[in-house]
Amino acid sequence: MYSPQIILEAALNGLMTGAVYALIALGLTLIYGVLHIINFAHGALLTCAMFAVWVAWAWLGIDPYLAILPLVPLMFALGYGLQRFVIGPASHGDDGNILLVTLGLSIVLENVLLAVFQSDTRTLDTDYSFQVVALGPLLLSYPRLIGLGVAVVVTGLLWLVLNRTDTGKAIRAVAKEKLGANLVGIDVPHVYAVTFGLGCACLAVAAGLLMPTFYVNPRIGGAFVLVAFTVVVLGGMGSLPGALLGGLFIGVVESLCGLFLGDSLGQIGIFLIFIAVLLVRPTGLFGAKA
Amino acid sequence: MTARDLIPIAVLTVLAALLPLVVTSSPVLNFLVFMLIVALGAQGWNILGGFGGQFSFGHAAFFGTGAYVTAILQLRFGVNAWAGLVLATLAGAAVGWAIGFLSFRSGLRGSYFALVTLAFAEVFRILANAASVTGGAAGLLIKLDVHPANLQFGDRAVFYWLVLALVAAVLLLTRWIQRSRFGAQLVAVRENEDAAKALGVNSLTVKLRAIALSGGVTALSGCLYAQYFLYVDANIAYGSWISVELLLAPIIGGVGTVFGPVVGALTLHGLGEVAKQFAGRIPGIDLIVFGGVLVLAVAFARGGILGLLERVRDRGRGMMARGPKEVSHADR
Repeated sequence: MYSPQIILEAALNGLMTGAVYALIALGLTLIYGVLHIINFAHGALLTCAMFAVWVAWAWLGIDPYLAILPLVPLMFALGYGLQRFVIGPASHGDDGNILLVTLGLSIVLENVLLAVFQSDTRTLDTDYSFQVVALGPLLLSYPRLIGLGVAVVVTGLLWLVLNRTDTGKAIRAVAKEKLGANLVGIDVPHVYAVTFGLGCACLAVAAGLLMPTFYVNPRIGGAFVLVAFTVVVLGGMGSLPGALLGGLFIGVVESLCGLFLGDSLGQIGIFLIFIAVLLVRPTGLFGAKA
Repeated sequence: MTARDLIPIAVLTVLAALLPLVVTSSPVLNFLVFMLIVALGAQGWNILGGFGGQFSFGHAAFFGTGAYVTAILQLRFGVNAWAGLVLATLAGAAVGWAIGFLSFRSGLRGSYFALVTLAFAEVFRILANAASVTGGAAGLLIKLDVHPANLQFGDRAVFYWLVLALVAAVLLLTRWIQRSRFGAQLVAVRENEDAAKALGVNSLTVKLRAIALSGGVTALSGCLYAQYFLYVDANIAYGSWISVELLLAPIIGGVGTVFGPVVGALTLHGLGEVAKQFAGRIPGIDLIVFGGVLVLAVAFARGGILGLLERVRDRGRGMMARGPKEVSHADR
């Protein structure tokens, strides 16, 4: 059997990976909560952000954490533009159409990246990629610890934006009652695009946090997007605290499954949870209002 | 079904059957066989997604099951390839029924159904990649033994005719569904499930029948794929590429129509080849075209290519009398 220390370490490392899952899921759940759409392009957009971080490091020598700062507005703009000029007009407001349009977008984005960067897997190394922090007898990865901290802060910021600003108020109004929001003069397509942009901005942060310890290739988004869907469904579609807790939980599950079942079966726990939650309680554990 | 239903299918099949007499180059025949296999799988998707309105994002679950069942039966149990074909189809129908039973009974619809099918396909992929019976990550090679009894033919054209015959059979099946009471109930469930229930349609039974048929047809295409290329691995059989292919073809061609999946598969792969010719060695160029065409089709041609043709025909027929159909198109 494994010693409790190894299990605890695996659980804590999973918790920290889960924080990045939470960030990815945060964007997805925000978009779902307001636009009521499942954004299939989320994974491909994450891949775009990860390549942007890589390019900044490889060509310009910018530290991945610093790259987050310019990348956040860039990804926001990309998301805003996509929703405003592609997804919105192309889908005519129909649920099934949106699913297909975002699927089409993800295919295009993924393969444009493939055409530009080829299918090679790329990594970047920083001084701190393999640094560890000792916490009593436990060794924790330094970049992942940063990831956990930043994820919590970003969730808090997003909560503040939604609850303490006029834009946030408009977003919540549109989420609750689209027609009513429109009647009191809220520009609904604009709010939709802003929400989509915020969701993409979360991906910029996630990409910056991932790159010091992870790798990128044009197909990497697919691996994350299913995990993110699981987190979102588990936490309740549209719930921010649900996404954070769900992400952390899924990270731990993946890490422990990997420890006990081996790497190749590690992800199966995630999908089984996903299917079970969908079948038994599709509103999720925190999504009572949905 | 009337003669009017059968004639177009018969004419097209005969014309397509004459092709190998004109075209003898192997790459072209390979392309045609692959395209027909995709078309066949897409016809399976269309039964559930087109007529039943239940969009599956994980038809790889059935395609892969068909491919693996025939490969495993032949390799591990020495079962004849033709029997493997039948058993693979039945296995696909059973898997379809099981996934349908779990998801439809829980009332999953729309995006939720799409997600759960995606997850099932992914679970199968991971299992097939790890289990020993499936050959793990190395996959399975079906032994090359050219003999009609092994479903391996010296001439590619024979395999082409076989796939074509099955595509034609499923065209007939789809036409029958369209004309049958079952098909009417299925469409009723698609258009408004609650209303259909209120009229006495047992929506669960109807959807289960549709997903079992759909799974069977798609598994048949997976089986043919394995039989033609003589190789299966988890990323081919259960990979998301095939789920996407099978859904794109009907949507591009005309969702919920008899010929839609075939027209869509032909158009997509035709365009993909053209793009490859023009762009040369850029990887993924055909997929960029696929994705772009999907977005454009959803934006401008919800009924796919066949829908567009119908619109053009309607316009040609009655410029003076704008029928109700025309109005409904304009409203969208």
